[in-house]
Amino acid sequence: MTNLVELKDLTFAHGSHRVYDGLSLTVPKGKMVAVMGPSGIGKTTLLRLIGGQLKPDSGSIKVAGEEVPKLKRDALYQLRKRMSMLFQSGALFTDMSVYENVAFPLREHTDLPEELIRSVVLMKLEAVGLRGARHLMPSELSGGMARRAALARAIALDPDLILYDEPFAGQDPISMAVIVKLIKSLNESLGLTSIVVSHDVKEVLSIADYAYVIADKKVVGQGTPDELRENDTAIIQQFLKGAPDGPVAFHYSDDDFTTDLLRGEA
Amino acid sequence: MESRKTQLWVGVFVVVGILALFFIALRAASGTMTTSGDTYTLYAKFDNIGSLKVRSPVKVGGVVVGRVTNISLSGDYYEPRVEMSISKEYDQFSETSTLSVLTSGLLGEQYLGLEPGFIDDSVDMLEDGDMITDTKSALVLENLIGQFLFSQGND
Amino acid sequence: MIQFLQSIGRQVLDSLAGIGYALAMLMSAIIGKPQPSKSWPLFVKQMYVVGVLSMLIVIVSGLFIGMVLGLQGYTILVDYGAEQSLGPMVALSLLRELGPVVTGLLFAGRAGSALTAEIGLMKATEQLSSLEMMAVDPLRRVVAPRFWAGLVSMPLLALMFSAVGIYGGYLVGSGWLGVDEGAFWSVMQSAVDWQDDLLNGIIKSIVFAFVVTWIALYKGYRAVPTSAGISAATTSTVVTASLAILGLDFILTAIMFGG
Repeated sequence: MTNLVELKDLTFAHGSHRVYDGLSLTVPKGKMVAVMGPSGIGKTTLLRLIGGQLKPDSGSIKVAGEEVPKLKRDALYQLRKRMSMLFQSGALFTDMSVYENVAFPLREHTDLPEELIRSVVLMKLEAVGLRGARHLMPSELSGGMARRAALARAIALDPDLILYDEPFAGQDPISMAVIVKLIKSLNESLGLTSIVVSHDVKEVLSIADYAYVIADKKVVGQGTPDELRENDTAIIQQFLKGAPDGPVAFHYSDDDFTTDLLRGEA
Repeated sequence: MESRKTQLWVGVFVVVGILALFFIALRAASGTMTTSGDTYTLYAKFDNIGSLKVRSPVKVGGVVVGRVTNISLSGDYYEPRVEMSISKEYDQFSETSTLSVLTSGLLGEQYLGLEPGFIDDSVDMLEDGDMITDTKSALVLENLIGQFLFSQGND
Repeated sequence: MIQFLQSIGRQVLDSLAGIGYALAMLMSAIIGKPQPSKSWPLFVKQMYVVGVLSMLIVIVSGLFIGMVLGLQGYTILVDYGAEQSLGPMVALSLLRELGPVVTGLLFAGRAGSALTAEIGLMKATEQLSSLEMMAVDPLRRVVAPRFWAGLVSMPLLALMFSAVGIYGGYLVGSGWLGVDEGAFWSVMQSAVDWQDDLLNGIIKSIVFAFVVTWIALYKGYRAVPTSAGISAATTSTVVTASLAILGLDFILTAIMFGG
């Protein structure tokens, strides 16, 4: 089986704050891979690295056999036409209707006639169940609907790879279930490769083919959902079960509490 | 449709802007545009140019025919030399024309008054690059007062 | 002492880096092969947002400033029996200074702050990132049309300001205070020079348009993508742009009229 995305020995730092140190993972073609981990470990950063918006300090990022950080601007833009990213907020263009938002990538990158664009847009909106909402502006949509509209836009150009950034965060149980079902069915019917970054363990593991758990700047566990559940590494169990304290400490690191109290300054 | 209205307003905006330009150019600043056509250059030497400046007007009987383009000192005795460009419309000044530094009003700006000379078979017309020889310098207030006092003292 | 020098050095380096970033941003936004069929509608839309929506405030301000000039000028000039010079006084103040400068300040407050806030918000809601991931360059798609619209519309606004201001001065001077109408216009015409005053005023307004739009776009593009960051960037746009206008105005005036 070929890998669509391959990360190897990735090192990346935001200024002096090191985010990744020797991170490696692979995403096979046609599979859905979940990347999980506690908040604040730079999961979004990972997607931006894959999309070429950020450059790593060292290591290699290969998408469809191309070394992303080394690509020239034009080649990078060509590659990006084959991938889509679903942002946490949806990132719909606020000055366009839902219809125009979905039509946007088509208008930008194809010379299709207007009737054809219309059919494609309606098809994509039908797939996410928002065909009736096409005349609404993004400000009139609920959070869940906005994310579904953004999903329709993400699949407008039939990409090979979709990057999901926290697709389930902040959703009520119903719209969460809707999005879980959508992502799963889209992945199966369109034969997409997906990377889902999330910390909603239950939902992600229910649809992913393979999962990575990232903590402390690198991969600490990987495997199919079942293998992960069997894994008895302390940090993975803490994460999967949602225990408040463990290897990921409850306290932000500081000196001993009593000495701090006695010191008498801020 | 939304974009139709936008286009209409932008059109109105641009037209109003251009109308404003025309209003200013024609209503507030006309008359001076005539000197921007074809011109020819004349020179003149003065003893004293007073407060004449580059871009001061050259007038014939109050009508602007050109502008001062350069002021410099020339010759062994450092005489003020004025270069002016005159509109091609007025190219029939005879060599006997006189040029004087005049003041518009009591406190106004100084300008050059060109007095056309007589026309006769014996005199040529001024051409591009010619020098006007018959000039009257600016009146300097201190000199005038000095002369006045001097003449008073002679009585 | 060493710390003091160090902090000065750091600030100089920071601001130089900022200018560098801003230049790089502008360059990559406006250089590149143009696509008229796609860019033109975007440009027209921004002309509406930047130009048309600023028109009302500019015209109303111009009218009032012109009327105040007429009134103030008259009371000063009448003491010297020179109320005939009201026309040139109003016209020259407007064309040389107030037109470009006040329009620039109003433009910075009205359109500049809106540009910064809009782009900052697009950044905060990941719309800029989203464009980039869709293989659409946000600099060309978002920044370039706004830049051109600002550059074109502000000189037009300055012309409207001056024209309305001159008319306001005429209304007060001639209609109310009784300066002879013919003298008002004819003295103005003989004093106002087409090149010295009108053209230089337009050049000034183009320079201000460039600077204000550039600052507004840069501040929005580099804004910290939070609500506090956007409001700070918006304030900073108005302050920086206003100072830049006033500083540049002195330099330009010295070059144009000082020599």
